[in-house]
Amino acid sequence: MAGDDSYLRIERVTKRFGAVVAVDAVDISIGAGEFFSLLGPSGCGKTTLLRMLAGFETPDEGEVYIDGQPVSGQPPHLRPTNMVFQNYAIFPHLNVARNVAYGLRKEKLPRQEEDRRVEEALEMVKLGGYGDRRSNELSGGQRQRVALARALIRRPKVLLLDEPLGALDKKLREDMQIELRQLQQSLGITFVFVTHDQEEAMTLSDRIAVMADGRALQVASPKEVYNRPTSITVADFIGQMNFFEARVSETAGEEAVLDAAGFGRMRAKLGGAALQPGASIVAALRPEKLTLSPARSDGAANAVEGVLEAAAYLGDRSHFHVRVAGLERPVAVAAQDWAVGGGDGLDEGAPVWLTWDNDSVILLESERR
Amino acid sequence: MADSASLSGPAPAASASRSAGLARTFRRSETLRGYALLSPTLLVMALAMAAPTAMTVALSFFIQTGFEIEATFSLQNYQKVFTNPIFEALFYRTLWISGTCALATVLIAYPMAYYVAFHVHRRKLVWVILMTLPFWTSYLLRVFAWKVVLGYNGAINSGLMSLGLISEPLEFLLYSPEAVIITLAHAWAAFAILPIYVSLEKIDKSLLEAAADLGDGPMARFFRVTLPLSMPGVVAALFLIFIPTFGDFVTPALVGGPDGLMLANIVQKLFGKLNDWPLGSALSISMMAVVTCLCLAILWLSRKAKERLI
Repeated sequence: MAGDDSYLRIERVTKRFGAVVAVDAVDISIGAGEFFSLLGPSGCGKTTLLRMLAGFETPDEGEVYIDGQPVSGQPPHLRPTNMVFQNYAIFPHLNVARNVAYGLRKEKLPRQEEDRRVEEALEMVKLGGYGDRRSNELSGGQRQRVALARALIRRPKVLLLDEPLGALDKKLREDMQIELRQLQQSLGITFVFVTHDQEEAMTLSDRIAVMADGRALQVASPKEVYNRPTSITVADFIGQMNFFEARVSETAGEEAVLDAAGFGRMRAKLGGAALQPGASIVAALRPEKLTLSPARSDGAANAVEGVLEAAAYLGDRSHFHVRVAGLERPVAVAAQDWAVGGGDGLDEGAPVWLTWDNDSVILLESERR
Repeated sequence: MADSASLSGPAPAASASRSAGLARTFRRSETLRGYALLSPTLLVMALAMAAPTAMTVALSFFIQTGFEIEATFSLQNYQKVFTNPIFEALFYRTLWISGTCALATVLIAYPMAYYVAFHVHRRKLVWVILMTLPFWTSYLLRVFAWKVVLGYNGAINSGLMSLGLISEPLEFLLYSPEAVIITLAHAWAAFAILPIYVSLEKIDKSLLEAAADLGDGPMARFFRVTLPLSMPGVVAALFLIFIPTFGDFVTPALVGGPDGLMLANIVQKLFGKLNDWPLGSALSISMMAVVTCLCLAILWLSRKAKERLI
């Protein structure tokens, strides 16, 4: 592993179930102490990939290295990883303390030392004094904490979490996210976290791998995945996005001028992309990067006129749909204020102007959608 | 309520309202409805189970004089049951045979149930039905089949002789306590497989993955997760075999020989040729009491074991 500081390396790992390719030549490197998320819709292969890290599945091709050691031949009980299961898998015949102490058997600790370690682990997940509880006396959130303590007590090199917050209600989930993040930072253990919830992944992670159809489409920080998605699938999966078919009409320095249906000319920052005039591309725009106003305002690089079709007030922000002539779908706009342009807000059917900067436009390769 | 009152037609108002009141009580009370549903079973149980048991209890306190049963209260039958050395010896033998049989059957049944629960993924029902196959033939037929296998000129003896391993038939195979154990174990196997299978099938497979993840190899996983979680099935299987085989008399009569005779054979004789119904009753009631105590002891032990585990 000379010259490679990645702690957990997934190298061209492929897994097939019959004719289905669950994980398709995935390459990911995760650093020590990183909070890493595998994000994707159900069936994208994220859980299969996690189970290969734990040793419950063996890759058909490729290799997984943990701390420089190839682990493919190692059964789960010999791996330096521990897992928090989706359903928590709390042993029903053991109480909380015995559940947490389960993985300490091989360490053959004296009883007192074992009890101390268990209490320490329980306190870490804020369940101090719960050791004597039966497993069926626990709430969903407490079960999740027990599962976490049980995995962490073994001081794993990598902690694997399979949608651990999926079964909790929204409020509890948000509290647990913060706690989980704090716990990870204080322990410095590498976390690999599987989720289909993009908000959760963005809140928690240092980096995210966005997965679809068994492939890792983009591996980057939450900010980069949101602001600089590299493909339409990623852009579509993370947050909301407007897509416009366009053609490059000319490039000048850092800027490109696009010819987009319904917009006419649109200016966009190239951002390092090499585009030839005449190339077909997709221009993507986040709803919150668009500014809605009742009259045309000067200064913005791009502007287009439309008609307000629908408006929804969500409290902390408002959503608008603007119909632009020549476009199949209305343009989605998000604004913090309901009262765009003053007053009580615009009526549906009112003529409006949309403006946006040239660096808000994300240029994506067109692909079959 | 209105329609049930109108259903009773032009009956006097008072009786109509009373029947409506009864109907209401019946509909409201879950207990009453429960007993109504149970009533056919309760009736059969009362006639076929409670009444004969009560009669047996009563009979056990009477005295047999010649051909007459004297209806005077006496404890002399119980005195005979608990002091006669023959009964004592037979009691220990019966305990040994049915206890060994229950343990052996559970030990044999467990791997089978385990295999179907964990390693068969399709057509499990077919496997379960196949395991109950011995039950498709009559009990007597199965006992006779073992006579053919274990007998003097039986399959095992002639097989071993034709291989030249023995020069004359092994006589201990048939007509021995071991023959009774083998026959009973085979006859009751399905009763052990099914409850164990059900309790194994219920185990969440992710618990085994969690155990593996926490550092347990296959053996440790079995003894720390699978076995404790399947204990209810194991205890049920032990009971289901121990209780009926403790009172079995057909198998020992056919394959047990004089050394394989069990307590129930004596009970049968007391009610038959020996014609001492009160003593037979006292013996049956004592057996029942002993079996109950033993089962309670097993239950208590398994509960203690469970607590120690926690």
